[in-house]
Parts: sequence; structure tokens; C-alpha cells
Amino acid sequence: MKILTLLGLFSACFLANSINIENSAGQFFSSGHTNNWAVLVCTSRFWFNYRHVANTLSVYRSVKRLGIPDSHIVLMLADDMACNHRNPKPATVFSHKNMELNVYGDDVEVDYRGYEVTVENFLRVLTGRLPPSTPRSKRLLSDDRSNILIYLTGHGGNGFLKFQDSEEISNVELADAFEQMWQKRRYNELLFIIDTCQGASMYERFYSPNIMALASSQVGEDSLSHQPDLAIGVHLMDRYTFYMLEFLEDIHPASKTNMNDLFKVCPKSQCVSTPGHRTDLFLRDPGSVLITDFFGSVRKVELTMDAINLTDPIKQMEEKEKRSS
Amino acid sequence: MAAHRCSCWSWLLILFSLSVFVVADIHETTPVNDHHGGVDHNAQTAEQTADQPAVEERRWEATEVKEAATVDAAADIQGTSAPETVVPSSVPQPKDDFQEELVIRPLHSGDIYASFQFRTLWDTDFMRENKVSHYRLFPKSLGQVISKFSVRELHISFTQGYWRTMQWGQPFIPSPPGAELWVWFQDSVTDVDATWKELTNVLSGIFCASLNFIDSTNTVQPSASFKPLGIGNVTDHSFLRYATLPREIVCTENLTPWKKLLPCGSKAGLAVLLKSEKLFHSSFHSQAVHIRSVCQDWQCKTTSWELRQTLNSVFDLHNSGQTKREWSLFKMFSRTLTEACPLASSSKLYIDITDNPQGEQFELSPATSLLSQAVVLGDRRTFSVYDLTQETTFGSVRSLNLLIRWKSNEGEMLRPLLHAERYVAGYGLQTGEIHTLMYNNHPYRSFPVLLLDSVPWYLRLYIHTLSVTSKGKDNKPSYIHYEPSKDRVKPHLLEMLIQLPPNSVTEVTVQFERALLKWTEYPPDPNHGFYVGSSVISSLVPSTVAMHTNSTRERPLFSSFFPCKEESSYFVRIYTEPLLVNLPTPDFSMPYNVICLTCTVVAVGYGSLYNLLTRSFQIEEPNPGLAKRIANVIRRMRGVPPL
Repeated sequence: MKILTLLGLFSACFLANSINIENSAGQFFSSGHTNNWAVLVCTSRFWFNYRHVANTLSVYRSVKRLGIPDSHIVLMLADDMACNHRNPKPATVFSHKNMELNVYGDDVEVDYRGYEVTVENFLRVLTGRLPPSTPRSKRLLSDDRSNILIYLTGHGGNGFLKFQDSEEISNVELADAFEQMWQKRRYNELLFIIDTCQGASMYERFYSPNIMALASSQVGEDSLSHQPDLAIGVHLMDRYTFYMLEFLEDIHPASKTNMNDLFKVCPKSQCVSTPGHRTDLFLRDPGSVLITDFFGSVRKVELTMDAINLTDPIKQMEEKEKRSS
Repeated sequence: MAAHRCSCWSWLLILFSLSVFVVADIHETTPVNDHHGGVDHNAQTAEQTADQPAVEERRWEATEVKEAATVDAAADIQGTSAPETVVPSSVPQPKDDFQEELVIRPLHSGDIYASFQFRTLWDTDFMRENKVSHYRLFPKSLGQVISKFSVRELHISFTQGYWRTMQWGQPFIPSPPGAELWVWFQDSVTDVDATWKELTNVLSGIFCASLNFIDSTNTVQPSASFKPLGIGNVTDHSFLRYATLPREIVCTENLTPWKKLLPCGSKAGLAVLLKSEKLFHSSFHSQAVHIRSVCQDWQCKTTSWELRQTLNSVFDLHNSGQTKREWSLFKMFSRTLTEACPLASSSKLYIDITDNPQGEQFELSPATSLLSQAVVLGDRRTFSVYDLTQETTFGSVRSLNLLIRWKSNEGEMLRPLLHAERYVAGYGLQTGEIHTLMYNNHPYRSFPVLLLDSVPWYLRLYIHTLSVTSKGKDNKPSYIHYEPSKDRVKPHLLEMLIQLPPNSVTEVTVQFERALLKWTEYPPDPNHGFYVGSSVISSLVPSTVAMHTNSTRERPLFSSFFPCKEESSYFVRIYTEPLLVNLPTPDFSMPYNVICLTCTVVAVGYGSLYNLLTRSFQIEEPNPGLAKRIANVIRRMRGVPPL
């Protein structure tokens, strides 16, 4: 009798567990992406724009920590701050004052640097129209099941973003580039984050589906920088990215935090500007989108129950190799 | 459906566990009752462990086939090498060998010079029809580059800082500031320019550098300098390409892929010392990759491919915040050595003690009894050797932290025999003069030098003003090769063979004119200036001791980089400073200013004129009072004219 009651209790909790497994299995397959890419761009040159490089490197660091490998990250830095001759601590880029966190690290791979960061190269990377001899590390080889994170930072204005103090990209060009990506099926879902002055103007013109956009300030507002470091002599980070970095430091590859928490990052009291976001083009509900869907590289595996027979074609290849060697 | 399947499985499991309980109940009752949750877990784990030994057995079988020796298993644990497949195959496995060494030379100014060399020798043929597919110590990315682009020799270097010959002496491996790439292609290449362009793009991806900026405007084909450093009697210089990017920055993103090319990575051996925060906080940092074919024996019947990765660094005494003159591995690199790379056949640390024969200048600890003499850079130098493959080198603390403590500050540096400088003279933004000075410090011997100058097209050289003077008198070069530039297509190339008289200064001057670029050709920061690459001076300098001409003898790596053909002289290559010239730069805010000004003038001027011409004045009655307005309304209604 005791055994029977035990059995009954056990079967009850097992059934309950199985329902839970069912839920998480369902969620596992809900987003539909199989790989993650990130395009991180810093568009400012000169030493006093140190904070833009620090912004981009802190997002790079988070994205790498959460699992996206270097081969899937296209990092574009318009100027070199780490080995700049004005940097009192070479080979470092700090994000917190008193030099607490070195976001440059020891294992960084910058794909586009210096004069290579131009509007043309950025649009070519997005649309995939690169010269044939471009190496793989400089290409965005995404497919229709890729979730792409695009992060831009620099100096901007109402409807444009300035590249290296000599040219601009407008919000119309950016929207058209994303439309090209959609038509060529180069993304499954796209998260666009921009940290510049009047950043919300950059996502006003998007019209392709499955894009979610975040900006650090509304039209007519300036994004402000966070804190200077007196030893280095420049401002180290921008406010929005600083608080976003603090938020991302709490995320680990298995965390279930969703996009609604990311929208709440840096309220007006901390940021002075009002961060904005746009989700009308996005098909899923932002509350069901995990942060790791874009910032991490959690691999989805598709199970198949069918057996695959590998027979004749392999034999033919082996014979061909034997004949040629 | 899935839920249904899940519940089916749960029922089956319940039935199975029930049967297990029945069996267990026969044996014992009390422990089963106590851990009712854990029992099923045990049942589950029992099921799993029943599976696991089978799986593990399968795994062990596979590894037995794959791996032969326990050495490989140990190496696998360290994660340093790929598993060796000792599968019998028809192609014999080529032999490869890896050596690493570090030479530390204290300099007279108090700084210290550290030179790393990592050499991989591989007995294989990249040019044969079947692609090489099994790589062990040789990095696959470079092997594929060699076979795809039919490369005979490749030399690429990234340097930050300028080598000060007069204070530091001669470096083991010279390199110019910025990036430098020179390649000899095989004779089988039909279109060298297209192959060169593809090769630079591929290398820019491998080394994370903007080498894709190398194009026809900064590539030259030297006609006499840059002869192959490996084997091969080539005379056709159309297969040689040389380019330099003086503006290229070197930082951790270039060091990271460079370290990944090493067999042990940066995890074991001498490469653990390569920490970017210390290496880039130095006066001079240069990392290079050199690929060439070398002879394996004296008769040169068989050849093998040699890959050398070199890293030279000069650490500044005052920059690192030290008060007394004392250097240690920990102070230089913030790390100590704990082991040699397990894949290396030799791993040595050399300290130059030539100026310290009796230990009166500086003291070396831990002491070592191994000494070695080598003839390098025309001088016989003595070195203390630490062999890292021996356990005893690391002592009881299992780590080697070399300490060099200075006792006295005397001693003079051997003056280098050949030294060069270059600067721009003149004023204004239209013309200028390039002066190159070459110093021959030998008291009685004169020797020839080959000077290579590659000047960008926007500095238009006036070759008729070229003058070479030594000791005030004209010195006519015995060989001049000049290729004029073509605007926006190719740069100037000037090569001269000049005999330098003993104990003299030779000055080469040439005047130039600065070109006005099109406004789209200016970089984003044009007021910084435009760089002109370093001049290259190659020479066979007389040596004080007999040099070894047998290149296959067992020698330390630092003395066997440049091949030696005669005993009485050694090869030296010197790079001058790069030049920074200002070109006439327009004010880029002018278009905006012009538009604003023009629009304002047009608006004010035209508007005023229009108003003057078309404005007419009319008399207007003043506004009538309220009573009069009402009366006017009534009158209008009656049809009577208003007041």
C-alpha cells in the first residue's frame, strides 16, 4: 500500500514536470533562428571620441561572452584608441573610471579599422555586395535563419549618422539597406541599437518586417556621455551604453530575460535623454523575445527521426581520390 | 501530440519502476521507503549508467585507433596540439620541426631589447598537384596562402615605433614603421598584379590589418634590392612586389592572430610572455612573419619550407616607472616562464653577456653554467643560455624569473658601422627637398650600399635636381634605376648603388613639388599629413670576425636569419624614418559656407531689388469708429453710399 501511494505521488510530479518540459521545448523552437551574427560599428575618429570606441567594445565584449564567436562578429572601429599615442595605458580601453574594466581585452579581432570604416563599406557588409577577394572575416555571411544584432554609435543628428567626420549615412539609406537584406533573405530577425544624439530619427524610416529598434534619445534630444576619467583625460562611455553594459553583465547564456527589460534600461533619470524603441515591424511579442536571441549564440538543434542512408555517392568520391593520388 | 507522447512515456516508466520496486522489495524495504524521491532517480541513473559504459567503451575504441602514444594524450590535456593520426597511408608523413628562442640584450641606454623567434621547418612541397591537407605544426592558413598564390617567399612585418640605431645598435631583424610586405612569386604565376591584389586582401583578413589599402599606387618592383632570402637563383624581378603602409597601426588585434599561428598558441613555452599590455607599452614593437624555402643539407639536395615568426621589443627604463636599473622577466612581460612548448624540439633563452665577461657590469640570476658563442652582425658575442626543455632550469619554484641587476654604468656601445637618417627640408606648401644621410663609421674601409626610395605620386620628384655628395664632393652612383611615377597609378621608384667612403657622411638630396589632390582623395583627417614610406638601405658591411657561410650548421636562430655568402662581410638592411609631409589642404567646410553666404546675398539683394521695382504705395483711410461702422453697414443695406 505504501508503495502504491508513493507511486501515485511520483507519477503526479512526473506529469507536472513533463508539462513544464513541454513548455520549455515549445519556447525552444519559437524564435526560428539557427545562428547569430553581430555587426558593431563605431563611426568616430579622433582621441576625444574615445567613448564611442569604448561603447562598441563593451557591446563586443558582452556579445562574445554570451557565445557569439569572432567569425560571426563584424567589428568596425574607425580609429585606434588602445594603441593611440595619447593613451596613458596602451593596449587598453576602459569603460569605468579608475580603470576597473578593460573592454579591449587580450583576444580581440577588429575586422574593419581606421580608414576602412566608410558608409560604402558598411552598406556593402550589410547587403553582401563585396569584392570577390574580401576575406571571410570581413563578410556578413548570414542566411534567412540568422538573427543579426546591429549596433551603431558615433555622432548623429536628425536623420543622419556621421562617419569619421567626413561623410554621413541617412536614415533612408539605412532603411533601404535593410529592405535589400530582407529581399535577399539575409536575416530572420534584426535588432538595431543606436547610441547617438537624436538616435530615434534613424529608425523612423524602416519599413522591412522583423526589425526591432532601440535608440538612446528622441528627436531633438542629445545623448550624453557618462563620466570622464582624469588619468586618461576623456569621457569613457556614453550613458545609454554604460547602463546597457551593466544590464548585460547580469545576463548569462541560459537567462530568460526578455526585451521588455531591455526597453527599461536607462530611464530619463539616469540617461537625461529619453531612450526610445520601435517594435511595430516585429512579428513576435517583445515580451517573448529573449535577450540571448540577439546577444547570445544559443544554438537551436532540429531533431529528425528519419534515418539517412549514406551509400553510393561516398564510394564514388573515394574511388576518384584513389585514382588521382 | 507531444504531450500525449510524454504521458505515454511517463506511464511506461512508472510500470518499469514498479517492476524494479517489486524486485527491490524482495531484498530490502526500509531504505526504499525513506528515499522515495531518490529511488526513482537511482533507477533512472541505473538505466543511464547501464547505457554509459557501453558508450564509453565505444569511445575508447575509437581513440585507440586514432592515438598512438601517451604523449599525445598528455598534449591533448594541455590542449596544445591536434591529435596525431598514425593511420597507415600511402603518402609518408612529412617531417616538421619547431624551435623557439628568446634573446635578451641589455642596451647601453638602460633599455632592454628582447627578440623572440619561433621557427617551424616542414619538409613538404606546396606546389605539387595534390593539395596538402594534413597540417601539424605549420599553420594551415599560411599553408593554404602559399599553395593558392604560388608564393616563393613572403615577408610581412608590423612595427610600432622607430628603431634608433645609434642608441640601440643593430636589430636582429630590421623592420620599418607601419606595415611592410614583400613577396616573391613562383615562375608559374601568369598575372602577378592580380595575384598580388588577392594576396593582400587575404592577408588583411588573416592579420586583422588594413592591408587591402595596398594597391598599385604604393606597390613597387625593386630591381636590385630585396633578393630572395631563401634558396633560388632568381633574376627576373617581375615576380617581386614590395609595398609599405607607414600609417598602419599595430595593436592587440594584430597580435592575437599572430599568436594563434604558433603551434602552442600562447599557452605554453615562450609565447606565454606575449602579453599585449606590456608589449605595446614599449619604445619599439615589431612582429613579423617570414616564409621561405631553405636547404636541408650542405649540397642542397632537398629543401624544406621555413616559417619564422619574430617579435622584437625594446622596453624603456623610464617609461616602465623604474628608478634603479634592474630588469626581470616579470618586469618586462608581467609573466614568468614555467615550461617549454611540448611541441618544440628546442626552447632556449639567451642573454647577451659580451660586455660583462667577469660579471662586473651586471649580475644575472639564477646563474647558469651554459655559455654559447655566436657570430652575429659581424661580431662574436657571448651568451648565457637557459635551456627550457630541462627541468633543472626552473629550479624548485618551477618557474624561471630571470633577474638582471646592474652594478656599474660604464662601458661604451660598439658604434654601428652603417647608419642613416632622412628628413624633409624647405618651407611652404608648394615645394620641398628630401635629404637622406648615410653614415659610414668604419675608419678605413669603404663599402657599397643600395638605396631604395619609393615616393608616392603626389610628391612630384625633380630627378634633375638629384645630387649625391660625400665629404663635400660629388659621388656618382655606379647604378641608378629610376621609374617615374604616374598620377594616381604608380609611385616613384629610385634605386641607386652608392659607394660610401670610409668615415664619412653621404647626402642624397632631391627636390619635389606637392600636388593638389582632388577633394574626394583626401582622407578624413588630411591635416595630419601624408606619409612617405621609409627608404631601404641594403649593404654588405665588413665584419670584424669571420662569418659562417654554411647555412645548414646547427646555429641559434638569431644568427641564421640572413644568409651569408662570404666570410668577410655580413648583410645589413637599414630603414630610415618615414616622412610626414603636409599637402595643400582645402577647407572642407567651404561648400557649406559658400551656400549659406550665396543664399543670404541672393535673398537680401534680389529681395530688395524686387521690392523697389514692384512696390507701390496706396493711401489708406484710418479705421472709422464703431458708430460710423454700424451706420455704414445700415447704409449699405439700404443701397446708399457709405460715409
